[in-house]
Amino acid sequence: MEVLFGLDVLNSTIRLSTPLLLAALAGLYSERAGIVDIGLEGKMLGAAFAAGAAASVAGSAWIGLFAAVVISILLSMLHGFASITARGNQIVSGVAINFVVAGVAILLGQTWFGLGGKTPQLRGAERLLEIDLPGIELLSDIPLIGWLYSGLLSGHGILVYVAFLAVPITWWILFRTRFGLRLRALGENPAAVDTAGISVSWGRYRALVICGLLCGIAGAYLALGLSAGFVKDMTAGKGFIALAALIFAKWKPVNVMFAALLFGYLEAVGIRMQGKIFPVIGEVPVAMIQALPYVLTVVLLAGFIGKAIPPKASGIPYVKER
Amino acid sequence: MKNELPKWADYILLPLINLTVAFIVAGMVVMLVGENPFEAAYILVRGAFGYGGGIAYTMYYATNFIFTGLSVAVAFHCGLFNIGSEGQAIIGALGVALAALTLDNLMPWWIVFPLAIIGSALFGAAWAFIPAWLQAKRGSHIVITTIMFNFIASSIMVYALVELLKPAGSMAPQTRTFEQAGQIPKLDWLFELFGSSLQGAPLNLSFFLALIMAFLVWVLIWRTRFGYELRTTGTNPTAAVYAGIPPVKTIVITMLISGGLAGMMALNPVMGDQARIELDFTAGAGFVGIAVALMGRSHPLGIILAAILFGMLYQGGAELSFDMPNISRDMIIAIQGLVILFAGALENLFRPSLIRLFSRFSRDSDNTLAEAA
Repeated sequence: MEVLFGLDVLNSTIRLSTPLLLAALAGLYSERAGIVDIGLEGKMLGAAFAAGAAASVAGSAWIGLFAAVVISILLSMLHGFASITARGNQIVSGVAINFVVAGVAILLGQTWFGLGGKTPQLRGAERLLEIDLPGIELLSDIPLIGWLYSGLLSGHGILVYVAFLAVPITWWILFRTRFGLRLRALGENPAAVDTAGISVSWGRYRALVICGLLCGIAGAYLALGLSAGFVKDMTAGKGFIALAALIFAKWKPVNVMFAALLFGYLEAVGIRMQGKIFPVIGEVPVAMIQALPYVLTVVLLAGFIGKAIPPKASGIPYVKER
Repeated sequence: MKNELPKWADYILLPLINLTVAFIVAGMVVMLVGENPFEAAYILVRGAFGYGGGIAYTMYYATNFIFTGLSVAVAFHCGLFNIGSEGQAIIGALGVALAALTLDNLMPWWIVFPLAIIGSALFGAAWAFIPAWLQAKRGSHIVITTIMFNFIASSIMVYALVELLKPAGSMAPQTRTFEQAGQIPKLDWLFELFGSSLQGAPLNLSFFLALIMAFLVWVLIWRTRFGYELRTTGTNPTAAVYAGIPPVKTIVITMLISGGLAGMMALNPVMGDQARIELDFTAGAGFVGIAVALMGRSHPLGIILAAILFGMLYQGGAELSFDMPNISRDMIIAIQGLVILFAGALENLFRPSLIRLFSRFSRDSDNTLAEAA
């Protein structure tokens, strides 16, 4: 039971869900605006590298965060240029970004720091440390609430709170503002947006800026919060799990949060189950637990648990009628 | 003004321009790392083609990329983006292992090898079947399902190696080494014909298998009825249905062929080189296939050329990392990404200016013709 529902597992669920949540929300803005983004992984990796490198050189986590966001937005703009302006294949462009970043980050890391592609170990102010929410001492003695507030909700890095705050904000932007309405229209029927006299390209570029911003935060969290520095392949498929979470959530912000929590939970449990022997079932093969998010997503895509319908115009370059 | 390029410009000039730009950017990365790009290029080409063993290694890597490039290209022709070649190759290795591990004590290699070919193709095809069927029947996007299937495949491989195939008492997650009959003969004789030798390079018979497959893919796509249906479905699905081409059948069979080709890639490293399955034996070849197919314009001949180019990058890159420690194998991954970017996503970047250039020339010649008349 401790392995499945202990405070320890739930805390690490929150931590492991955070990058997934941020990246999935990034994908949400992009895909809702009609741009498919396979490059979440690459953007996160690039951001993690920029965060690790800048934080270590400047000695400040905040500069690391800033660098991560800048790099991620630049990569997002490259994706935008390829898929909006040059009307190229969006999937091909995303795949390309993943590879370019995976290669260049290690090369630059090796050249600058000579640690085989890693960035130096970060310490103290170079990392984004855990913060305590106000009033944990007061509440910690109350049963359940104390456990929930002091044990679970408090004591995470600031970006964790940013990620979970981004959920209601995203919902509000998408469904309660003019910008959000237009953004969703770009993904469903860009011709209608164009007819209304609103620029499709400009709208999609703006969506990609937000996508880059969120991916940047996700990458920074990996390098500055979850670990202390950048290591090779540190995203390890998280961008694709985020993509899976986005589909699993049927492109809806609040569902995205639950999907990210579910996949984060599976990861947390998977780590703890390694090598443990259980009564009756015996040893649970960890490889199978790690594959579960992907299996669940395929099952969902197959339409066996509800149907996942992507935004109608996503993946199609918009060509103005003449 | 014509809005089209002459065929030779479309198939040769434009890809060459894209490739050149990709390599110029790669050269800039080399400079950023603090090395001389021309010197790096020289070492790379010398390492890949300068001696017998180098050439053999280049051809060995190219074999992998021909298989995966063909796999991606066949799907491309049907309008499908199969990112799953990597996973299909991983599962294909299980088919190879099935043949090699059960029969290598009982039969000579010339029986085991054909059975392993069938095994790898069947397993690879089976792994492509579910995404294909979901795409055709349920409309689940094949890009997403094949990405998911890549991860599931590598999990299955970890499980299979650690729990099932690992010999008792061994720590490393790999199968036992295949006997002589479970290995594909090397091509020493081919190199001795030219007075050279393999110098330990694992180039083997599957290179010829790859070439045969390239020819068969050409026949399939441009010389058969099914190939016509496949291309029609790829260019205009609605028209294809209207013409009576069954979409579900076409998509599923195309993906089975694509998956089978990817699965056969496993033969080369597993039976031809290591003589056992190791974790990560694919070394990303499935993804290189995307770059190769894009660069080769999905034509088997182009794919062979592109595969040799990437074989050169892999082999020459390995030598380069000895001479220039700052340039590791990761440079090849970056170049691969740049090629995908410029030959794939930005393939039309230079098209408008090229069209303008060509139409200006043709207009000039039209004018001179008119004046002469």
